[in-house]
Formats: sequence, C-alpha cells, structure tokens
Amino acid sequence: MTSLFEYAPAPESRSIVDIRPSYGLFIDGEFTDGTGTPLKTVNPATEEVLSEVATGSTEDVDRAVRAARRAFTRVWGPMRPADRGKYLFRIARLLQERAREFAVLETLDNGKPIRESRDVDVPLAAAHFFYHAGWADKLEHAGLGPAPRPLGVAGQVIPWNFPLLMLAWKVAPALAAGNTVVLKPAETTPLTALLFAEVCRQADLPPGVVNIVTGAGETGRAVISHPDVDKVAFTGSTEVGRSIARAVAGTSKRLTLELGGKAANIVFDDAPVDQAVEGIVRGIFFNQGHVCCAGSRLLVQESVHDDVVAALQRRIGTLRVGDPMDKNTDLGAINSAEQLARITELTAAGDAEGAHRWQPEGELPDRGFWFKPTVFTDVSPAHRIARDEVFGPVLSVMTFRTPDEAVAKANNTTYGLSAGIWSEKGSRILKVTDQLRAGVVWANTFNEFDPTSPFGGYKQSGYGREGGRQGLAAYLSEGHEK
Amino acid sequence: MTHVLDPGALTGGGSLTGPLPDPFADVTRSNDAFRAFLHGLPGVDQVGAETRVKVLGTRSIKTTAKAWAIDTAISMVDLTTLEGSDTPGKVRSLAAKARRPDPEDPGCPAVAAVCVYGDLAGVAKEALAGTGINVAAVATAFPSGRASRAVKLADVRDAVAGGADEIDMVIDRGAFLSGRYLDVFDEIVAVKEACGSAHLKVILETGELVTLDAVRRASWLAMLAGGDFIKTSTGKISPAATLPVCLVMLEAVRDFRAATGRQVGVKPAGGIRTTKDAVKHLVLVNETAGADWLSPDWFRFGASSLLNDLLLQRQKLRTGHYSGPDHVSVD
Repeated sequence: MTSLFEYAPAPESRSIVDIRPSYGLFIDGEFTDGTGTPLKTVNPATEEVLSEVATGSTEDVDRAVRAARRAFTRVWGPMRPADRGKYLFRIARLLQERAREFAVLETLDNGKPIRESRDVDVPLAAAHFFYHAGWADKLEHAGLGPAPRPLGVAGQVIPWNFPLLMLAWKVAPALAAGNTVVLKPAETTPLTALLFAEVCRQADLPPGVVNIVTGAGETGRAVISHPDVDKVAFTGSTEVGRSIARAVAGTSKRLTLELGGKAANIVFDDAPVDQAVEGIVRGIFFNQGHVCCAGSRLLVQESVHDDVVAALQRRIGTLRVGDPMDKNTDLGAINSAEQLARITELTAAGDAEGAHRWQPEGELPDRGFWFKPTVFTDVSPAHRIARDEVFGPVLSVMTFRTPDEAVAKANNTTYGLSAGIWSEKGSRILKVTDQLRAGVVWANTFNEFDPTSPFGGYKQSGYGREGGRQGLAAYLSEGHEK
Repeated sequence: MTHVLDPGALTGGGSLTGPLPDPFADVTRSNDAFRAFLHGLPGVDQVGAETRVKVLGTRSIKTTAKAWAIDTAISMVDLTTLEGSDTPGKVRSLAAKARRPDPEDPGCPAVAAVCVYGDLAGVAKEALAGTGINVAAVATAFPSGRASRAVKLADVRDAVAGGADEIDMVIDRGAFLSGRYLDVFDEIVAVKEACGSAHLKVILETGELVTLDAVRRASWLAMLAGGDFIKTSTGKISPAATLPVCLVMLEAVRDFRAATGRQVGVKPAGGIRTTKDAVKHLVLVNETAGADWLSPDWFRFGASSLLNDLLLQRQKLRTGHYSGPDHVSVD
C-alpha cells in the first residue's frame, strides 16, 4: 500500500553563471595571458571540460609579485585602515549578492553538492570577509601589540576541496592586516577564484592588491619561493607542506601550514545516538570526505558499537548520492580521477589488511568520478586506513573500553587537526577535550566553522592558525614577535 | 491518489493490554524500574535535532514529487473541529468536506478521518457512513486530562459507543512530569482496554513536556502501554507540533519497531497550516522512520486549516496558476 516518496530531480540551473571558454591570469587588476601551457578544468560529475585556464610561469608569477609589491607600497599599505575595511565590506556584500552564481560555479568545478556550496561554502566565505572587514581598522586592539604592521606580499596556495572558502580564509585576513596577495588556486578548481577576481574589479579594489595566478605545482612553487614574497600560507597535503617548509627554511619568509588530518570522532556509551550518527555522517561524508578535519576515525565505546554501527548503516542508506547540481543530493562527485584512484587504492589496502568493508545498495552514475559512502569495521590502529588520510567518503570504525583508551587511541596519529566527542556528560567532555592533541575539538557536533574561531593543527597537521585574532597574527609583524 | 485505509492496520494491531512486547516484559514491574528504563533511553541533543530538521527542510520537492506529497498529505489529514461551540451542523459540514475536499475536482483524495469531541461522534459517524472515512473522537477529559480515571474511562466508552473508530486520549502530564510514570502507563492501558476495537492515539502534549528527552520517554511509555499512534499535541497549547519533536517521535517509533516488531503511527497536530510545513513533515517521515510510515495508516496530520492550503496548492499544480481562497470551501 505504501508508495516511495521519490523526490523529483531538482537541478539548479547553470544559466546563472557564464563560464568563458578560456581564462587568463589576474595580475595588477587585469586579466592577462599566461606563458605556461594552459590546462583544462573539468566537471568531476560528468567529466565535461568546463574551460581552459592559463598556467602561470615563473615570469608570470614574478609579474604578479611585482604588482603586489607596488600596490602594497603605494596604495594598500598607506591607505587609511577604515578605507581598507570598506573594500572588504564591499567584497563581502558582492559575494552575498552573487551567491548563487558562486555556488553553481563551485559545484560545477568541484563536484560538491549544491546544497553544501549554497548553504556552507559561499555564506561562510562572505562571513570571513565581513569578520575581517571589521578588524581592518581595529588591529591595535587585537592584542597583538600596540601598532601591528602588515608584512608585505603574501604568497598563498590553496587546495581543491573548498576552493572559494579557502580563498576567503587566506585573502580576507591578509587584506585586513594591510598585506597584498598573490594567490594560486588548485589546478582542478580555479574557476571560483577567477570569478572572485571579477568581484575584486567590481569592488574597485586597487590593481595589484589581489593577484590570482592559476597553474599546477610548478606555479605554486614559483609563488612560495619568490624572493620578494614576505609571507607564505599553504593549505593542502602534508607531503607538499613538507616541501614548502624546506623551500622556505633559511629565508625571512613567514610560514603557516594547514595540512592533513585523521580526526578521531569519539562516541561514548551515553551519547545521544541519533545526533551522534548525524555527526558521524557530517564528520566523514560532508564534502565527500574531502575535508582535512574530517572525522575519519570513528572510536566507539565497545558496549554500544553494534547499535551505533547499525544506526549508522541505516542512516547511510538514506544518503542521496549523485548529481551534485540536484538540490536534494547529499553526496557528490570525487574531485578528480587522481583522487578517486587514491581512495580506491587505500580502501583496497583496508580489504587486504582484514577490515570489513560495508557500502550501501544503489548504483553510481556512469560518467564522472564517484565513490560510494564506505564504512570499514573491525579496523585496528595498525591498519593503513586507520593511519593514512584517505580524503574521501571512507570511515574507519574502531572501539575502546575506557575514556583513557579512547584518548590514547585518538592521539595515536601523526596528525592533530580536529576531534569530536559525543557524550551527554559535560564533565567527561571537558576532561577528554583537555587530553586530546588536536587544534579543534567539537562536542556533540562536527565540522562547524566560524570566522571568529581559530583553526589549525598539531604535529603533521601543520602550524599557525587561521580565523579569529590568532589568525590575524600570521599576517602582522611586531605583534607577532612581541 | 485515493487511499483506502487498511482496516487490519487500524484494528489488528490492537489489544496489547496483555504482556508487554518481548524485550521489555519486565520494565514496568515498579515505578523505579520503569523510571530507570525510560531514563536509560538514549538522550536527545536539542541542537543536533534542530540542525537535522533544518537540513531536511531544504529538500527541494517539485513537480511529480510535490503532486504525490500533496495528495498523500490530504489523505493523511484528520480534519478537526474542537471548539466549545461545535454543533451537529458544523460536524456534518466538515464531514461533507472530508469526503469531497475539492468540489471542483472529484479526483481529489478524501481525508483519513474527521476528529470531533466525543458527544458529536455519533453525528460524525452517521454523516460519514459508507465513506471509509474514520471518526476520531477526543476523550479522557480532553484537552487538560484533569479528571478522575473513572470519568476519563467513561468519556472513552461514551465516544466508542457513539461510533468513534479512533480515540485520541491525553496523557496525565502532571503525573509524567512528577515522575509517576507507572500511573501514566496504567491509565493508557486502561484506556486502551476501554477502546475495545477502536484505535488509540495517545496525545503527549509535547508543548508541556518541553524537553526532547521527555518527548522520547513519553513516546516509549505510550508505545509500551499499547498506543496505536503517538500524537504531539491537543492543539490547545503552544507550541504544538514542531519538526524537532516530530523527528524524535519518528525515531522512537522506528526504534520501537526494530526492538519489538510492532509498528506505531505518528500524528503531529496543531500549528501545521501550510503545504510547505506538511511536505517538510513527509520528508522527515521518509528519511527518519522510512517509507513504511508514508501512509494514513501510520502517519496523520491533525489539522483544520492545512487542508485548504493543500487544496490551493493542488489546484495550482493542476491549472498552473494560483486561485484565491474562494476556490476552496470554508468549513
């Protein structure tokens, strides 16, 4: 008698965004050709080529850095701080006004569900500009010294998982503190950064304050190793972070790194089960698991393991996987063929090491890069899937018996970016939080972000903080050394 | 879509006045034991529940899905009048609307039931004879529940004698909030017995229970005592039905069926006025308890003004433009 409630497809229209057949570099307020070999950016959900994007060579990067230096010494540095704030407020408002355009473009280029780009990425990016616009004329009150000064030119390299949001995390504090910027977006997801360049022009931002140089690893290396760059900020893999640290070592450049993670999500036996399951899902399947702070290691108290896993599997069965442009989609496409290959390889290691793989029923689309939401049970801390960052929708479940064991297992990682605790007992939450070696610990929630809250890691998750007063320190001198 | 109520679903599940379902046979041996059991249920994190509801509220239901949702919602409506000024004429008028909600479109499904005060059950029964639409009557000193048990049981028997197919009872919130869980339980068991073959809906009045933890405990209590449906509100207290409360109740019926094999229905009542609200509830049902609950046998809306908005939206889908309030009947 019962009928299934089949939601009709509700795809967002892509007509709102105008994707050009090719894009140049954004240097000194103008789009110019790059001298490197252009690269193609594809829609990971369909493998359709969206556009061709210029590659910045060492010379192009040099032009961009010189433009940034000029803008820093002549315009942006001397500008009244309140006026810098006005520009940032203007950018924030333009991001809000053009929110749908940004959300659609982000989803097309990245593969993430429109629900997330629309409800999370774009609003948070605007929030970061609003927050930092407020700081622009109040830096002396940030507790970072009586008269903190900008560093100069910031060279920034960002990843493909949150292309616009990571841009906002980098550009907003840099500009608020009075620096100018040369930013290299990830090679697979450059389009929203280029749309952001248009927003900079729309906001009448003085030329050279923000420069965007697209390209792959070579271009990134040119940005971070340019001798006239004062500050390097990088978000991405630990492996690349290490090579950047080596390149920057011995120079006077400042460096902050936001790298990988293998977060523990700890569920105690008194946890609010239904909400914990939601938090586990949000922790690992948000943005297809392409999240450095993803809760990829689930630590469940042994007495409730079976119940939690059963509830989790039932819940994963309701996840809607498919067309990221459909407003009802929960889980979108894997960003690239390379990333899909890495996820496939690591999960195969999970099978080989004796963990038990579970995936829900259902078919994946024929075209594009896809991976089913996956849960590994019977995982031991010695398994690769419990140690390596998968950066995909793959959860490893382990158990513990006592709070001490939970803490020991949670801290048994080379990373330390984030962690989660699920318990109805406040005193336990506070005690365990104190013992966890992680930059962010969420209690009874997961993957919540706010521009006022500093974010960063321990150990191989990097150093430095982004967001909040602490994030400003990375872009200011004097205060930082005080 | 026309839905014929499954009579087996309504009456067959009944008579649980005997032993409790298997894993819980022992939990009501004393008030302390029952309290320990209810307080041992997993907690509910209010913030998390609200977040979940908010995310599900962004589901985009369009075209065929919307048409299906509207017709399903209409077939789930318990068309209700619970006013001191109710008369036989008013009830007959409501019954006419229940059998043919949209006079301009015979293809429109009928509602599930007409819900009235117990003394008007007979009038409703007569007006609905042969339609398959149930008569629901509120009883047990509705809405406060403040009367002696003898009076409450007499109220129930009276409504059943008048022809009510479904009884909507209120729980003793005073007893619940003071921790006398066994009293509440016993009363539901007694009412269930007094219902005979009538179907029992247990109103938790969640606006007076306040916390979601209490909502989960009250839901389990009502299900263990043999309620066929758990219902949020009388409609006389604000807040009435809210999405987080409905979420917790849907989780409770889902978990209860997993534990005992027995399925219990859910009825949000009061405050659901728009098609958008109704669709959000259906999404919640679909993604929390599952498709098994997407039928009037297992999910109802207690509402009076909701139906007209559903009809207007239905007309919009059919004709492509909005019509005015004069295109649907006043009750």
